[in-house]
Order: sequence, then structure tokens, then C-alpha cells
Amino acid sequence: MASASSRRPGVNRRAQYGLFASYVIAIAAGLAGLLALILSVADPAGFSVVRAYTAEITRPVAATLSSMVKGIGSIDEELFAYVNAGSQNAALRRQVETNRIKIIQAQAIEQENIRLKKLLQLTDATDAEVATAQLISSSSSISRRIARMNAGSRRGVTIGMPVRAPEGLIGRVLIVGPNSADVLLLTDSQNIVPVRRARDNVAGISSGKDDGTVEIRPLSAGRNPFKPGDIMVTTGTGGLYSPNTPVAVIVAVREGTATAVPLASPTRVEAVMVERPYEANIPDPRAGMQSANTNETEAP
Amino acid sequence: MSAPVPRLGNTPTRWRMQATPIICVLIASALPPMLPFLVQSPTLPPFGLMFLLAWRLLHRDLWPLWIGAPLGLFDDIMSGNAIGTAVFLWSIIIITIDMIETRILWRDYWHDWLIAILACLFFLAGSIMLSWISGAQASLRLILPQTLWSALLYPLIVRIIAGIDRWRMMA
Repeated sequence: MASASSRRPGVNRRAQYGLFASYVIAIAAGLAGLLALILSVADPAGFSVVRAYTAEITRPVAATLSSMVKGIGSIDEELFAYVNAGSQNAALRRQVETNRIKIIQAQAIEQENIRLKKLLQLTDATDAEVATAQLISSSSSISRRIARMNAGSRRGVTIGMPVRAPEGLIGRVLIVGPNSADVLLLTDSQNIVPVRRARDNVAGISSGKDDGTVEIRPLSAGRNPFKPGDIMVTTGTGGLYSPNTPVAVIVAVREGTATAVPLASPTRVEAVMVERPYEANIPDPRAGMQSANTNETEAP
Repeated sequence: MSAPVPRLGNTPTRWRMQATPIICVLIASALPPMLPFLVQSPTLPPFGLMFLLAWRLLHRDLWPLWIGAPLGLFDDIMSGNAIGTAVFLWSIIIITIDMIETRILWRDYWHDWLIAILACLFFLAGSIMLSWISGAQASLRLILPQTLWSALLYPLIVRIIAGIDRWRMMA
């Protein structure tokens, strides 16, 4: 392809000025972009309204397509389960036996728990769930890990609400539109969750690595206490995530940190639940005391 | 279905000539949030940029030099990058391509491909580096699969654009 004429103005003065002006406009526009970038770093919520409303345009397409491909995604797993049916059957039977005993123990503990809670006059907040939704698409072309779900402010979702699946924590709500919301996944490097080991109370901090795994750093100095296979749950510190939500299982330990895989994979969960921030569920202690006082006055 | 045949004496409408390439790039930018992929690491190539490059390398006088900014703004809104990332990086890419063209007199298909791969690599690495400003800690090795997909898909996109361009020119 030979060089065209309009970008090589030659001696034509007017064309030369035109070319110069187009360079100036292009460079200015690029610098305006850089300025917008700095503004959006300083105020991340500033442009979210635009993004939330454009999400309304793409949502119908994504929701339709995702309902079509849900069945295809798990074909390989089902085939694999078929091949392993025999040995899996035996293993599952053994597991059922041990689980049965544990369920009986758990029921006893639950009864005791209810009794103790009644003694302490604590009400168990069961209305934490705001909405149930499906993840319909994700930011598949950039390094940030954001998923989009098909429930928004019309169903009571607000910014900052934790999102979880039955298997474990998914993330928290980042941007809300009328019928859709963006969820900052657990694996995003800007999502930091205080966690503890499920079987004892060794505390740590989980932050995403943007590649489908999370990094767990122990809070205590010294030797890394984590081992592969450890299950991490939320602590409830910070008042956002309710305590004891499963987060991740550790797969590799390196010096100082551990790499873990989230227990609830956004690719596989059927539905996600949007919950109220945990802090909002804690009953006001004064209200509890007042009701206790009224009980006392009513009793005699 | 018969192929479109140009009719003598007819010229395509101005609207069709101008809007087709822009709509192409906008649709490509809007593709990632419409596809039902829930991925755990960046996978899809930057479709918007690849369509922009394919049009730009096919027709040099199609767009003014500042076209990277408005199309980049739309891409930022759609992709989820911080607003301004693609505005800045696409502007640089378009200006650089323009400067390369004044140096190189003849471009071959392989030159186009190389320019497109380098531009994609620059955009992907640049957007990760710009995300570091806001506190993200993504490592640069995450862009390798995306760069590979870009390199492999670019020839296909050139074919698609060539087909659309043929339709665009038909009255």
C-alpha cells in the first residue's frame, strides 16, 4: 500500500496546519483520558452511574446467552463422574456413615446453642438475605475480576453488600444499576477479606491475585502457620461479611504467604445470595436490655 | 444467498460509509459484557482495539487522528477498566501508527499483523500498569494468554472487516 496524500501535505500550507491541528487534538484527547483516569482513581464511584446504566443495555443479551450455556458448562464433570461411579460409590458410602454421626452431634450442639442464645437474649438474625441472583457475565478481557449479576437496586441491592453462594463467599457489590449489579470477586487484588483457619483461630488476610486464586497472609509474625488443605472462613471483623462464611482452601504454601483457591467458584455456582452487611444484623445491645427490662417489669 | 453486486452509477450513502466502521468497533467493545463467560483470569482478547486496528490499517483516511479517544471511552465503560485507560492508550496507539506510516512507505500483511500484536501487547500491559495506580496488584504475566489469542484471532478479524468493508462500499 503506497503512502496516501492527506497525511503527507507537501507544500500545501492549509493541509499542513490541518495535520498539525489533528495531532494537537489527538494528544489533548489522550491527555484528557489520563486526567479522567486519575480522577477515577481518586473517586472510584464517580463514573459508576454511567457504567451501571450501560449494563442495563448488555444485561438482556448476557442473561439470555448465560441461560443457554448453563447446561453445556458442566458436561465434562458429568462424564467424569460417570467414569468414576464405582469407586466414588464406595467412598461416598463411607462418608455418609461418618457424616451421620456428625449430624447427630451437630443437632445436639444446635439445641444447646439455641438454649444458650435464649439465655443471653440474643435474637438470631435470619433476614440477612436481600436477593437471590445469577451471575450472567464477567470482565473477561481485563485484569480486574468483576462479575455481573441480574439483580439490582429494584430488588434492594446496594453498594457494599456481601455476596455469597451456598458453597462460600463470592465477593461484594461494587456498582449497582436498576436491574443489574457488578460484584467485586474474592479473587480481585483489591478485595481484602479478614479470615481465620476454620479448625483453630489462626487469623490471616485474604487478597486476590487476579488469576483465580487468593493469597493468604498470616497476621502473626514468624513461621507460616498454614498447611495445604486448611480451610479458611471469614472472621466477621470489619462488620461486612458475616463470620464463619467459608472462603478458600489452601493449596500451596510459600515463604510467608499461602495460595488458596476459593471454595465457591463463580463459574460453577447456580445462584448467589446478596446479604445485608453483617454489622446491620447485630441487634442494638440497648434494645436488648430494654426488652429484658420490660420482661422483668411484666413478670411480677 | 447471492453476493452483493455493485450497481453502476450508485454510491453508498454517507451515513453507511461513516457509521459502519464505528458501529463495528462499538459492538466489538460491548462483546465481553454480553458474552456469558465467567472467567477466573483475563482470557478474551481486546476485541474493541483489534477491530479499531483492523479498520485503521485497512483505510488510513477513514478516521481523524483523535478517534482513539471517543471509541476508547466507550470501551472503558464496557470493559470495566478505570475510565480513561483506553482513551489514553488507544490515542497513543493511533498516533504511533500514524507516525510509523510516515516512515514506512510500503506495508505488507505481515507488517499489519506485527503492528496489531505489538499494539495489543502495549494496551494489555499498559492497562495492567495503569491499574497499579489504583492499588491493584495484578502481575504482568496475566496478559500472556490474551496476547496469544490476539495474535491468533487478528487474521480472522481482518477477514471479517474486509467482508464488512466490501458490503460498505456496495451501493
